Amino acid sequence: MTSVMIDTGNYIAAKAAVMCKPDVVAAYPITPQTTLVEGVANYVGTGEFKGDYICVESEHSAMAACIGASATGVRTFTGTSSHGLLLMHEMLHWAALARLPVVMCNINRVVGPGWNIWPDENDSISQRDTGWIQFYCSSNQEIFDTVIQSFKIAENLNVSLPVMISYNAFILSHTSMPVFVPDQKDVDSFLPKRIPKWKLDVENPITFGNIILPHEYEKVRKDMQEAQEFALKLIPEIAKEWKNKFGRFHGDLIEYYKCDGAEYILLSMGAIGAESKVAIDNLQKEGLKIGLARVRALRPFPQKEVVKLSKKADLIAIDRNISVGMEGALFSELKGSLYGKSDGKVHGFIAGLGGKDVPFGDIEKMCKKVIDGKTEDHQIWYGFEEV
Amino acid sequence: MAIKDIPVEECYIPGSAACPGCPATMAMRTVFKAIGKKMIMVVPACCTAVIESLHPNTSFDIPTMNIAFEAAAAGASGVEAGLRKQGREDITVVAWAGDGGTYDIGIQALSGAFERQTNFIYICYNNQIYSNTGIQRSGATPYAAWTTTTVSGKTEFRKEMGEIIQAHHPPYAAQTCIAYPEDLYKKVKKAKGIKGPKYIEIMAPCPPGWRFGMEKTVEMGTLSVETGAWALYEYENDMVTFNGKSKLILEGKIKLKPIEEWIKYQGRFRHLFVPKKDTERLKEIQDHIEKMWERYRSCYL
Repeated sequence: MTSVMIDTGNYIAAKAAVMCKPDVVAAYPITPQTTLVEGVANYVGTGEFKGDYICVESEHSAMAACIGASATGVRTFTGTSSHGLLLMHEMLHWAALARLPVVMCNINRVVGPGWNIWPDENDSISQRDTGWIQFYCSSNQEIFDTVIQSFKIAENLNVSLPVMISYNAFILSHTSMPVFVPDQKDVDSFLPKRIPKWKLDVENPITFGNIILPHEYEKVRKDMQEAQEFALKLIPEIAKEWKNKFGRFHGDLIEYYKCDGAEYILLSMGAIGAESKVAIDNLQKEGLKIGLARVRALRPFPQKEVVKLSKKADLIAIDRNISVGMEGALFSELKGSLYGKSDGKVHGFIAGLGGKDVPFGDIEKMCKKVIDGKTEDHQIWYGFEEV
Repeated sequence: MAIKDIPVEECYIPGSAACPGCPATMAMRTVFKAIGKKMIMVVPACCTAVIESLHPNTSFDIPTMNIAFEAAAAGASGVEAGLRKQGREDITVVAWAGDGGTYDIGIQALSGAFERQTNFIYICYNNQIYSNTGIQRSGATPYAAWTTTTVSGKTEFRKEMGEIIQAHHPPYAAQTCIAYPEDLYKKVKKAKGIKGPKYIEIMAPCPPGWRFGMEKTVEMGTLSVETGAWALYEYENDMVTFNGKSKLILEGKIKLKPIEEWIKYQGRFRHLFVPKKDTERLKEIQDHIEKMWERYRSCYL
């Protein structure tokens, strides 16, 4: 029977991970991820987690240990944040190139200096090119459901890529919400045991990862791209399967909110994505024709879906990140996706860096600025430029 | 035991891309024989990543996973946990790394794995340089040795990795040398039978890296022990036991050969002999070795 658990995003993620029965969890503490690994450790104590919990000495080793364990064919999970994620960078590439379905939660936190533990997506945005599938969640229930779905996506033999589930520091990681938790047997029937694509096996000795020549290496990269493209189809299928089985749906690649008849579509991610719903409700009450497309999957990026949206409406992106020297990631991805396929307009805002609060009132102001036709042809830093 | 008692079966198979006279391959062949086919090897960036041959071929008949430079011990921790969860504790997990990957970039992961009591064997084949990248200085490079990053000779003495390992109090650690295959075989075999973290370091004289002829690898190994530049010992139950010629040196039953006997064959020390003999630095090296043995005697005799 489904039960209700009222807890913070991190404890909810720990619960979801443990219900997926990973064989090995290797993790290192970092604020604000700590309560996630403490949550897993607590399940070791209660006996609910029967896997091996390796308390490694760094995030680099956490990912290396997950890679080693995953290469033996078992299920692995870890979690990190900010500097921890950045320390893992080399091994993130390694896990993806080795096609190992490691699942990891990343709690989006500011990158220093100066030290700042509030939410900001620059940590995971800077890992976009590592080959990982990337989800951004907007509620604790979505974190719970996405963790379980992620194992199924990662372990699909046509995907065989690691998955990163990101959610904002404190806004979700340390905020309690009620979450529906299904029966273990229902999770088990949704998520079968992992069948590895390859593994270290004394009965079938292979040498994995040795020197590879350019033409062979290029094929490896192309295979990864095809795996991500397969995930574009698989993510919606799994979201649908989840909906049929558990009755909950957070969107697939994108969550569409009140988009019918919209002349403007706001695109945002994570916690700002959740706050945007309130803004959309208010703006619609004022008679403005605007809807929300909350981007759940940044990799693979839903290019076709955003092109489709742009043909009916102008797009407004809010980024809680900045590729310094260019612009916000979502803004860039949208424009890149539309090029040559749509004449739709894209307007961009940078907001909430360093953990600055982005309440619905501010989101409404940003949207109105676009609707009033007052935006220039560049990305606006909300709070620095007059809106 | 004698050489004839070492198994004939080979897991080191044709197709190797090693240099002629490579000490790593000699050591690996013996390690494979000592452990047998039920082993999984984790290899960070080092010469072995080349030696194992090009994808899709291999010169190893055992499952091998390459991993990032600093990650051998952490990767092996994961492999060990994954196997244990599948009830495959009959498989020996070996991290096989060079001195750069052990003394320097990999020391954090190594220390972590030993502190966690990971059940694996960590083997460092020590050729005293970053050899795969083309002879650069490492924490294991001896004083005064030329490398491409110490062109007038290294200005510091090497660190004592063996003693750093002992500070972790593992159930087993040993130093050995490619010149003594029976010693290497026995130590690896012993490590295989012990639970917990085991460390074995193998002195591996590198012909192109040290600038000596490929036919002299074994001789350079023997002389490293006879001159006392390297010691053969085992560490068990917090006790260090010297063995082979190192035991005789420790007990004063044979005298150390002068260090010159070893280094005069190595081009990396040529600047100590030509254009004129650098007696000052030669004395510093000799004094350092004598002091090291005095310390060994006061601690372990």
